Amino acid sequence: MSVTPVPLLSVTEIVKRFAGITALSDVSLRVETGEAVGLIGPNGAGKTTLFNCLLGILRPDGGRVQLDGHDITGWPVYRRARSGFGRTFQRIELFAGMTVVEHFLVAARARRGDGRLWKDVVGLDRPRPQDREEAERTLELLGLTDVANRSVEALSLGRGRLVEVGRALMTEPKLLLLDEPSSGLDRSETAELTETLEVVRRERGTAILLVEHDVEMVQRFATRLYVLDFGTLIAEGPTRSVMSDPAVRRAYLGESGEGEPGVGEAV
Amino acid sequence: MTDFISYVIRGIPFGCVFALVAVGLVLTYRTSGVFNLAFGAQAFVSAAVYYDTRVRHEWPIILSFLLAVVVVGPLVGFILDRFIFRYMRSASELSRLVAALGLLVAIPQMVQLWFGQSPSFGVVGIWPSSQGSNFAVYHLGDYSLNGDQVATLIATFIVGVGLTAMFRYSSIGLRMRAVVESPRMTELQGINADRIGTFAWMLSSLIAGLAGVLLAPLFAQVNSNNFTILIVAALAAAAFGKLSSIPLTLLGGVGLGVLGGILAGYLPTNSVLAQGLRPSLPFVVLFLLLIFSPALRRRREVKDPLAGVDPPPPGLAAIERSPALTWSTRIFGLIVGLGVIAFVMNDRYWLLLAIQALIFATIFLSYTVITGMAGQISLCQATFAAIGAFTTAQLVNAYDIPVMLTIVIGAVVAAVVGGLFSIPVLRLGGIYLALATFAFALMFESILVPLDWVGGGATPLKVPRPVIGPVDFGSDRAFFFLCLVILIAVSFLVILVRGGATGRFLDALRGSEIAAQSIGINPSRARIVAFALSAGIAGLGGGLFATQVGFAQPADFAYFYSLFFVVLVVTLGSRTVEGAINAAIGFIVVQELLKRIGLSASWEPIFFGLGAITYAKNPEGILEAQKRRSNAFVQRQFNRFKNTTTDPVPAEPSST
Repeated sequence: MSVTPVPLLSVTEIVKRFAGITALSDVSLRVETGEAVGLIGPNGAGKTTLFNCLLGILRPDGGRVQLDGHDITGWPVYRRARSGFGRTFQRIELFAGMTVVEHFLVAARARRGDGRLWKDVVGLDRPRPQDREEAERTLELLGLTDVANRSVEALSLGRGRLVEVGRALMTEPKLLLLDEPSSGLDRSETAELTETLEVVRRERGTAILLVEHDVEMVQRFATRLYVLDFGTLIAEGPTRSVMSDPAVRRAYLGESGEGEPGVGEAV
Repeated sequence: MTDFISYVIRGIPFGCVFALVAVGLVLTYRTSGVFNLAFGAQAFVSAAVYYDTRVRHEWPIILSFLLAVVVVGPLVGFILDRFIFRYMRSASELSRLVAALGLLVAIPQMVQLWFGQSPSFGVVGIWPSSQGSNFAVYHLGDYSLNGDQVATLIATFIVGVGLTAMFRYSSIGLRMRAVVESPRMTELQGINADRIGTFAWMLSSLIAGLAGVLLAPLFAQVNSNNFTILIVAALAAAAFGKLSSIPLTLLGGVGLGVLGGILAGYLPTNSVLAQGLRPSLPFVVLFLLLIFSPALRRRREVKDPLAGVDPPPPGLAAIERSPALTWSTRIFGLIVGLGVIAFVMNDRYWLLLAIQALIFATIFLSYTVITGMAGQISLCQATFAAIGAFTTAQLVNAYDIPVMLTIVIGAVVAAVVGGLFSIPVLRLGGIYLALATFAFALMFESILVPLDWVGGGATPLKVPRPVIGPVDFGSDRAFFFLCLVILIAVSFLVILVRGGATGRFLDALRGSEIAAQSIGINPSRARIVAFALSAGIAGLGGGLFATQVGFAQPADFAYFYSLFFVVLVVTLGSRTVEGAINAAIGFIVVQELLKRIGLSASWEPIFFGLGAITYAKNPEGILEAQKRRSNAFVQRQFNRFKNTTTDPVPAEPSST
C-alpha cells in the first residue's frame, strides 16, 4: 500500500486560447514543498500566460490548478495570495509613497485577512509587535536593513526586486512565484539575487517557481525544469538532463542546434 | 405611425447637437487624453456670443456666426491648450479630469458675469431666410422641418464626413493618433506634439462652438444649465462610440436624440416620474453604458509609456517635520481655535458662519476618504448629503423620533446607498467611476428628488434642531458645540481608519493594484468600505445642514455643489483632515469677503475652479504644498534656534 503525497502545486492540462490562437495546450506541472523549479522557454512560448493562469489573472479555458489538493482554478487573485501564493513582478510593482518597512507591514497585515472597519475605529488593527519583529528578520535576510525607512522610489531596481521578494515573504507563502526576476539586473546583481533566493528556500522551506529567461540563473538555481515552446511542454525533468535534451536545444537555438554556447554545456 | 415618425424627426436635430459635442469630446480625448467636461460650457460661450451680437446688437447672421464659431470657439480651445492642458500631458488622468472639472465649474460663471442672468428669449438661428430661421418650413412629404433643424442636419453631416476623412486619410490625422499614444515618443520621431495638440483643441472647440450656436434656437432661451447638461448626452454618445470611433459616436448622439424625441412623444405628461425620466434619459443611458459596456470596462487609463521619467510625488509635509515643531504648531492651532470660538460666541452673524463652516468641514471629510484615501473622484457627494437630509426630514415629519437619531439614520441610509451603488461601478475605476457618479447625481436629482417620498414635493420639508436630554440645540451657541463635537468625532474616525488596515490597504491599492492583490488584499471590499464610509459622512453632514437651515431643500444639494466641492477640496487638500477644514473655512470666508467687497458670488466658483488646475502640480493640494515650503523654512529657523540654545557652536556654514 503506497501513499502518494499530495503535491504543493499541481497544474493539470491547462488550456488557454486567445481569439483562436491556442497559447497553452494541455500543460501540466507540479511543484513539491520546498522545491526550486524553473520554467523556461523562448520568447512567446506561453510562460507568462501560464504564470497568469496560475495566479488567477487569466482564467484558463480548460484544466485545473490545485494548491495542497484544493481546486483553486476559479479563485480570485487575492484569495490565492491568502492561501499561500507569493509573487514578484517582471516590471517592478511597488507601492508608491511607502517605505520599505511599510511594504512589509502592510503585507503582514494583509495575511490576516480583510480589515474590519470597526477594528480600525477602536485602533485594533495597527501593526503588532510580532509583525515588526518579523519585518526586521526579513529585512536582515534580504540585506535591506539600511534602507528600511527609505521610500521605495529611491531604490535601485535590484533592491526594489528584493523588496518585492520580502513583501511576498511577509505573507508567509508556501510557494513563491518569480516572474523573470533577473530582468533589468546585471550579472552580479543576478548572482546576488540567486544566492538570496537559495537562502530563503533553505531557511524558510518556501517552494519557488521561477519563470526565467536567463538560462544561466535557472541552471544554477532550479533542481527541476519545465520547458515550454509554442504553448506545449517539450521537456521536463532534472535540470542537467533537460538542458542536454536535443528538443530543448532546438527550441532555443533553431533547427541547426549549433552556435550559441552556454545552453547545455554550462554547470 | 405618422406620430412615431414625427417624434423621430423632432428628436434628430437634438441628436445632431449631442453628436457634435460628442465628436469634439472624442477628438480631444484622442489627441490630448483629456476628457474635456467643459465642452458643454464652451458651447455655452459661443452661444452667448452669438446671442449677444445677433439679438442684442442685431449684427448680420454671417458676422455673428463667424465671431461666435470661427473666432471665439477656437480661441477658447487655444487658450485652454496653451495655458493649461499642454502642461498636463504627462499628468495623471485623474488630475486632467480635475482640471476639466474646474473649468466646467468656472467657465459658465465667467460667461454669466458678462452675459448677465436676465432672460434671453427670442434666439434666432443661423439659417438664412427672410422669415427668420424658425419659421422657414420645409416639407418632406407629410413631415416638416424648420430652418434651424435643417442647418443642424447639414452641419453635423459635414463635420462627421470631414473628421472621419481626416483621421483616416490625412497625415495630420495620423500624427494626432500618435500623440495620444505617447506625446514624448511622438516628439522623438521629430513631430511637434505641442502643435498637433493645439490644432486638435482648436478644431474640437470650433465644433463645440458650432454645437452651441445650433442648439441655442432649439431651446426657448440661452441658459447655461442646458449646455452643462449637454455634456452628459455627449458623454453617453462618446461611450457608445467606445471613445474612439467617430461614426459610431455620431450614430450614438443621433440615436439618443431620437430616443428622447420618442419618449417625449409617448410618455404621459401628468406623472412626476415620467416628467423626471424624460430629461434624464442621457444620464440613464450613460450610466447603463458605463456599467454594461465591456469595452469601456476593460479599457485601462491611457498611460504614457515614458511616464516613468517623471519624478515621484513628494511626501506629506508632516513626514518631514520634527515632533517638537509638530507639537508647537498644534498648540498654536489650539490657541487660535479657542480664540475663534470666543469671538464667534459674541457675534451672532459670525457664529452662523462658523456653524456652516463646521458642517461643510464634516461634508468635506467625505472627500478625504474617497479621494484622499481611495484615490477616486466622486461627483455625487452632494447627492449623498441630500439622501441624509431627506431621510432625516422624512423621518422627523412622519414619526416621533428624536432629531439626532434621524440624522444618524440618515447617515446610515446614505452609507448603504453609497455601498450598494459602488458595487457595479467600482470595476470602472478612475475617470469612468467619476462619470458614473455624475450620471447618478443627475438621475437622483431629476427623477427621485421631485417625488413626494424623497424631496417632499413642492413645499420643502421642515427639520427642527435636535434636543438631546435636557439640552436644546435650538440656540445657535449650543448647536455650534454640537457641530464641533461631531466634526471632531468624524475627524478622529477618518484618522483612525486611515492609519488602520483599511487605510493601509487603500494606500497599497493606490500604489499598485495588482501588487496589492498579490499580497491578499481584496480590492473591491476595500473600495466598497471606503465608498460607504464616505457616503455616510456626507449623509451625516447633509442631515446636520438641514437642521441648521431648518429645511431640507433640494436646491441646497444641487448637482452643481457636487462638482464645486470636489474642485474646492481637491484644490485645498484632499489628503488630510486639515485640508477638509481649510476648504470649509475657505468656502465660507471667500463667500463672505465677496459679499463685503460687493462682487458677484460667481467669483467664488471661478476662483476655485481655476485653482483646481494647480492639482496637477500639487496633487496633495496647494495648502499642503505651501505648508511643505514654509515648513522647510520654519524647521530651519527652529533648528538654528535649538542649536544656539543648546550648543554655542554655530551651524556649519554651507559650502556653496
